[in-house]
Amino acid sequence: MKLLAQLKQALFRWQSDGTAPLRLGQRRIFIIPSRGGLLFVSALVVMLIGAINYSLALGHALVFLLAGLGLVGMIHTFRNLYDLVITPGRCDAVFAGEIAYFELRLDNERATARRALTFEADAEHPVTVTVDAGKMLKIAIPQRTIRRGWCELSRIRLSSEYPIGLFHAWSYLQPAMRCLVFPTPVMTPLPAPSATNHQGTQRGAAGQEDFSGFRLRQPTDSLHHVAWKASARIPDSNDLLVKQFAGGSALELQLDWALTDPALPDETRLGILCGWVLQADASGQRYGLRLPGHKIAPADTKNQRLACLQLLALFAL
Amino acid sequence: MSRPAHRPLDQTARPWLMAAALATILPHLEHQALWLSSLIGLMLLWAAWLWQRNERLPNSGLLAIIVCLSCCAVYLEYQTLFGRDAGVALLVIFMAMKMLELKTRRDGMVVVTLGYFLLLTHYFYSQSIPTGLWLLIALWLVTSALIRLNSGPDATPRSILRYAASLLVQALPFMLALYLLFPRINGPLWGLPQDAHSGKTGLSEQMTPGSIAHLALNNDIAFRVRFDAETPPGKLLYWRGPVMEYFDGTTWRPQPNRPGSERIEVIATPLSYEITLEAHNQRWLLALDAPTGLPPETGLNGTLTATHRQIINERRQFRFASTLDYRFNVAENPNILRRNLQLPAGRNPQTLKLASEWRATAKAPEEVVNKALTLFAEQNFVYTLQPPLLGPEGVDDFLFSSRRGFCEHYAAAFVVLMRAAGIPARVVGGYQGGEVNPVDGYLTVRQSDAHAWSEIWLEGRGWIRIDPTAAVSPARIENGRIDQSGSANLPALSQLRTAWLKNLRHRWEAINNAWNQQILSYDMQRQRQLLARLGWQEAGWQDLVILLALCCTILLGAITAWTLHQKTQPDPATRLWHKALRHLARRQVNCAPWETPNALLHRVQTEHPMLAEPFGRVVNAYLDVRYGRTSNNLNLLREAIAQLP
Repeated sequence: MKLLAQLKQALFRWQSDGTAPLRLGQRRIFIIPSRGGLLFVSALVVMLIGAINYSLALGHALVFLLAGLGLVGMIHTFRNLYDLVITPGRCDAVFAGEIAYFELRLDNERATARRALTFEADAEHPVTVTVDAGKMLKIAIPQRTIRRGWCELSRIRLSSEYPIGLFHAWSYLQPAMRCLVFPTPVMTPLPAPSATNHQGTQRGAAGQEDFSGFRLRQPTDSLHHVAWKASARIPDSNDLLVKQFAGGSALELQLDWALTDPALPDETRLGILCGWVLQADASGQRYGLRLPGHKIAPADTKNQRLACLQLLALFAL
Repeated sequence: MSRPAHRPLDQTARPWLMAAALATILPHLEHQALWLSSLIGLMLLWAAWLWQRNERLPNSGLLAIIVCLSCCAVYLEYQTLFGRDAGVALLVIFMAMKMLELKTRRDGMVVVTLGYFLLLTHYFYSQSIPTGLWLLIALWLVTSALIRLNSGPDATPRSILRYAASLLVQALPFMLALYLLFPRINGPLWGLPQDAHSGKTGLSEQMTPGSIAHLALNNDIAFRVRFDAETPPGKLLYWRGPVMEYFDGTTWRPQPNRPGSERIEVIATPLSYEITLEAHNQRWLLALDAPTGLPPETGLNGTLTATHRQIINERRQFRFASTLDYRFNVAENPNILRRNLQLPAGRNPQTLKLASEWRATAKAPEEVVNKALTLFAEQNFVYTLQPPLLGPEGVDDFLFSSRRGFCEHYAAAFVVLMRAAGIPARVVGGYQGGEVNPVDGYLTVRQSDAHAWSEIWLEGRGWIRIDPTAAVSPARIENGRIDQSGSANLPALSQLRTAWLKNLRHRWEAINNAWNQQILSYDMQRQRQLLARLGWQEAGWQDLVILLALCCTILLGAITAWTLHQKTQPDPATRLWHKALRHLARRQVNCAPWETPNALLHRVQTEHPMLAEPFGRVVNAYLDVRYGRTSNNLNLLREAIAQLP
């Protein structure tokens, strides 16, 4: 059984090849006559019979030249893939249901162009490219994502019938590439922010330097944060303004698993949390994320969004 | 194979396919009915117009109707849908119609395959060098269309044409191996259709006045001969065809199914020669008059005509040995002699009367022969290819009133005279003379060399040849052809041009002959000969297949190795830099992959201070070529490298 598995791997690359640049060698390339090739062969057989029957010397020559063309074409179809160097690139995270683009770098070290190379990760989105002589090309292989978590790049089928279309050459590529898939965001209103558990004086020294503006006070905002002078300058209004600091907010959002409806399926709850992270991040609030067993403390670093989304993507997997 | 087979065809591939279709159809228009050519032209124009305006192609219902109508038309034209001409006509129509159905890439593949097939059909009509060349170009075009179909729209026409040419060139060795080694089968595999070998002219098996005159203006080649030793003079070259013994008053015919009873007494040493006979759709061959050595499957009939077992419907080679001096059937079967005295009752009374007068006065048959020849020579007989029409008493009219005619008139009149005088005589059809091509030494015999002479039987001497035409127009026999132009009177310049043209024609015919001899006539026998010459006697088809497989494997390996390992050449500066690095490597200084030239220089300065100065110049020159403003400083780099110790 182990031998069979090894054979299958050698032939069909069901598992990853690793990340190193991949050079297509002869053991990875398969080639069979295409439908056009079968038509061509049957035409040649009929032509040969005709040439024999009517004793056509040039007919023989033509049939033999075409047979030679077929054989040479086979080599050239094979050659179109042979020695192509494929290096895995990067892949940006996407939300579940979106199409992930896996970047591959193709190096053609030969003095002739490689044309009509078709890459297919899923059958609906083939990518056909030409890599010019001695050039490098970056392509993105689209693959639809379904679930959150790590999306492995599925086996890619690289195929080509260039130049003569009588043969179909293909190879399976399985570079170790994965794409982080965040949960599909479900957009619901943000929960109310809670007062920070930091003392104002503690972070005041740093925070006040990063003063970034005012916003209307909400009932949950502590009175400590009200900018009285600024509020007084607004004529005829009872609204109070709250100082906002870029370095730290007086208020913070605690996006908590417990705040979502427990009756909903887990994936939907994660989706709601994901939506909240996006909204909180977009509105510039300070937020943290709490999931059963995991906690990301409120912070306003640039990585906060990514850290939260990553936690959501990989939660309980 | 789980791919969508019906990928749409991109619009810009269509002109390529149209060009391929046009190139493969075009030569057929020459020999096809006018209505067919017009139909094809219309369909192609329609397809081109639709492509130009980017319109939708006609739907399949309409196309089905056109197919049915075309099939009916072909049937009406040829009375069949099969066979060579009708089949080709149908294929041509389908090709033109496919232009109206180019929707998917698969349609494109069908067009290309059909195109290749159509190329073959041209060889039914001609296998000459120009046809071969034209079809090579068409082949190139079709192959380009095939590449274009599979390359996608971003390949330039130039690169496609070049790629197609390179693929065809690489296919050539395979073609050669297959051509030489593929086990040949001598066709046909089954009965050929009626029209397989139509349209070939040549000497006919019967003679009515006028039949040879028709050939006399035909410059086609009847056969070519190569003598092993020297070519005998033209006046001795009588190529014997059918012998006509039966005369009904207007037409001479051979006697059917003669039992062979020939006895040849050879006097002169036989000459060996090889004849390359063009197809004439007859069973008789043309040998010099008394064949002593015959090719296989050939026999001599009682009238000394070599006859082959099969009808000669393709160009073939035969080896003969013949003697030019001989005695033939000195003791002849009396039945045959009686048959050769037969004359239609009551025809040509004047001739009969003259002959009976001669017979009464002459002492020996030879005297009668001389009288007849003297008559032709002295009585204002004229040799012409445009004789007046003769009445029902053809021989009388010719001998006593018109006195204008050519070989067949003289031969026929002579034989009638002889028979009337009681000497067994008959008409022999064939060719006389021939022209030696100075370029390759082959003797070329044309249809215009067709000739008729007579043969009489004399006691004690057997059958002897008498050519009465020689009595009238000796030049016809000496020069081997009718002097139509009278070139002696032409001005010098024009003569020079004639000579030049003649020379050109000789060369062209020699090339054609070589083409026929070396390439077209390669068959099972030739294949065996070739292998025998390579030291492989008695090679069976199994051996051939093994040898062929071996050759193809070696070729495949060679071409694979050659094509797979073509890498891009680094630019000259990089190459020179690598050369400099090799210099350093000899001093145990190896450049690490991450080291820049300056970093390397720095290391060299500490490790090998001696090298630092010359290598510094190399680095400067290299960096200048690479990144400097001035380009083309390669020479400086080259010099700097040359100065490395």
